[in-house]
Amino acid sequence: MGLDIRTPIGLMFSVFGVILTIYGGLSDRAIYGRSLGININLVWGLALLAFGISMLLLGMRRSRGKA
Amino acid sequence: MNLTPVDWLLMAVYFAFVLGIGVVLKRYVKNSSDFFLAGRSLPAWICGLAFLSANLGAQEVIGMAASGAKYGIATSHFYWIGAIPAMVFVGVFMMPFYYGSRARSVPEYLRLRFDEKTRAVNAVSFAVMTVFSSGISMYAMAKLIQTMHILDGPFAKLGVSTAWTFHVSILVSALIVLGYILLGGLTSAIYNEVLQFFLIVAGFLPLVFLGLKNVGGWSGLKHQLPPAFTHSWRGMSNAHTNPLGVDAIGLVMGLGFVLSFGYWCTDFLVIQRAMAADSMGAARRTPLIAALPKMVFPLLVILPGMIAIALPNPTATAMNPSPGQMRISSPGGKGLIPIKVDETTGAPILDSSGKPILDYDLAIPNMLLHYFPTGILGLGLTALLASFMSGMAGNVTAFNTVWTYDIYQSYINPDAKDAHYLWMGRVATVFGIALSVGAAYTASRFNNIMDFLQLVFAFVNAPLFATFLLGMFWKRTTGHGAFFGLLSGTAAAAIHQGLTLPQGAAVGIKGGWLGAVHTYPSEMAQNFWTAIWAWSACFIVTVLISLCTRARGEKDLVGLVYSLTERPSEEDVAWYMRPAVLGVIVIGVVLLLNLIFW
Repeated sequence: MGLDIRTPIGLMFSVFGVILTIYGGLSDRAIYGRSLGININLVWGLALLAFGISMLLLGMRRSRGKA
Repeated sequence: MNLTPVDWLLMAVYFAFVLGIGVVLKRYVKNSSDFFLAGRSLPAWICGLAFLSANLGAQEVIGMAASGAKYGIATSHFYWIGAIPAMVFVGVFMMPFYYGSRARSVPEYLRLRFDEKTRAVNAVSFAVMTVFSSGISMYAMAKLIQTMHILDGPFAKLGVSTAWTFHVSILVSALIVLGYILLGGLTSAIYNEVLQFFLIVAGFLPLVFLGLKNVGGWSGLKHQLPPAFTHSWRGMSNAHTNPLGVDAIGLVMGLGFVLSFGYWCTDFLVIQRAMAADSMGAARRTPLIAALPKMVFPLLVILPGMIAIALPNPTATAMNPSPGQMRISSPGGKGLIPIKVDETTGAPILDSSGKPILDYDLAIPNMLLHYFPTGILGLGLTALLASFMSGMAGNVTAFNTVWTYDIYQSYINPDAKDAHYLWMGRVATVFGIALSVGAAYTASRFNNIMDFLQLVFAFVNAPLFATFLLGMFWKRTTGHGAFFGLLSGTAAAAIHQGLTLPQGAAVGIKGGWLGAVHTYPSEMAQNFWTAIWAWSACFIVTVLISLCTRARGEKDLVGLVYSLTERPSEEDVAWYMRPAVLGVIVIGVVLLLNLIFW
């Protein structure tokens, strides 16, 4: 199949990660009362960004190996 | 509930990717095999995750969390007994015939192995079922969007009445699913299922993490719940001493054997994902790869339900109310689970003994609203919506294939060009979704019709696995045997249901309409035993009629029956890729999980 699924997955989660990380950095601390005081947007945003980038790298490595 | 722009942004990103994948894949759909079978070109891990996701509709996510809140960790039986063994069996033993026979669908396998009438029964009942399942998915999603007031904010800004929420939700979800299936066919549906798998993990993992941290981990949860809630096998020797109200034999035979094998080994919705694999090895690994995440999914979907019921009731202790965000609550609920109220009068719904009924289906929505601040809340809701839509898409892709190959090509227009069938597949996608919308509205008007239909589907499905088991492993099985076996199995299911009642239920749709001669301790026990009777009747009748009718010649059955088919060679693959090895690993881990949560 022409489209490696890891590319869209990696892209989407990287975008999610960037949005959540930025929002986590800018948002008012008061909203994190419900998440037990943890800035869950920042933490999970970084985790998703890391996942997204590794998916992108995996997808790129395969297509280079083929070419 | 008020979502902020960041929540909407996350949702919009997801929908953009869903449709974008369809647009990119459109170029690769050249013939009907590309559209219906993804060109049989996908690697095992993609098919495996799609195999899992296709089943992981929102009813599963919401329903399993609801069971977690209602029955505790015993709900994991639906995974560890009710799915894993069957997934191993279909991968190791049955896939060689499905994939090796080059059948394009499960009904087509029945045509190759038995005869036209057996295929027709299976194809027609399956097509009707998929349309209704996808309609029910759509209805449940629209209902949830309404209950959670997700669209109230934007509707208020646009000056639209919230009475439109239900219609807009149905219409938008139908159009999105229609869009990406029309564009990319099965590949598009499968890619989106993989996307959705990761999205569900991304949305629910932080929820489980926060919830567990809040209640003091697993040991803290154990302290706050009765022992039967945290031990999956406690009291299973007798139906009256465990929360499920089921005895161990009913559980293992009814759920673990008949129902689970009947679903995972014969339902085209999941088998289609494995048929899209690029090789026999990949097709066989598909359900085994799916089994690995399936085993740990209870942690992701059942635990939130258990945490929801274990938390102190927020109406008793003031929880951190932050402006603009609130849970769906009503006084007198338990933990985060509110009481079920009548939609029109607002009065609590009571059971037969006068106690209010808890609305367990709100466990997951309330957990999301309880723990997630804006931002990640958008991610959690997107995961929930994604699971509804992939549940619909899975049914629609199975429907358009069975319609086109097993009904249209077989009985209406057999000699058309391939391009015509590709066109028909797209047309079937449109009217399949239109019928689903009709089913969704039927569900919203007449609740009883849906209950009745689901009962009929249960009767039709229960005997199926006996037919496939005999067909694949006993070469003497004949078409007449299979056909009449199926009919007797369905009849046996109906008769058994008509003669029994769950405790405390009224005669009617719950059973007893032929005069109740036996009472089961719970509806679940009754369902499991209905399945056992249906399976046994189908098995016995199929054997008897097969012995009285003429078997097909052996050379016609090569590739379709175990004893006449060469074993697929596994010499050229690494040991850890071999289906049997993977199967043993999966079973081992499941045993371990059962011991841990004993």
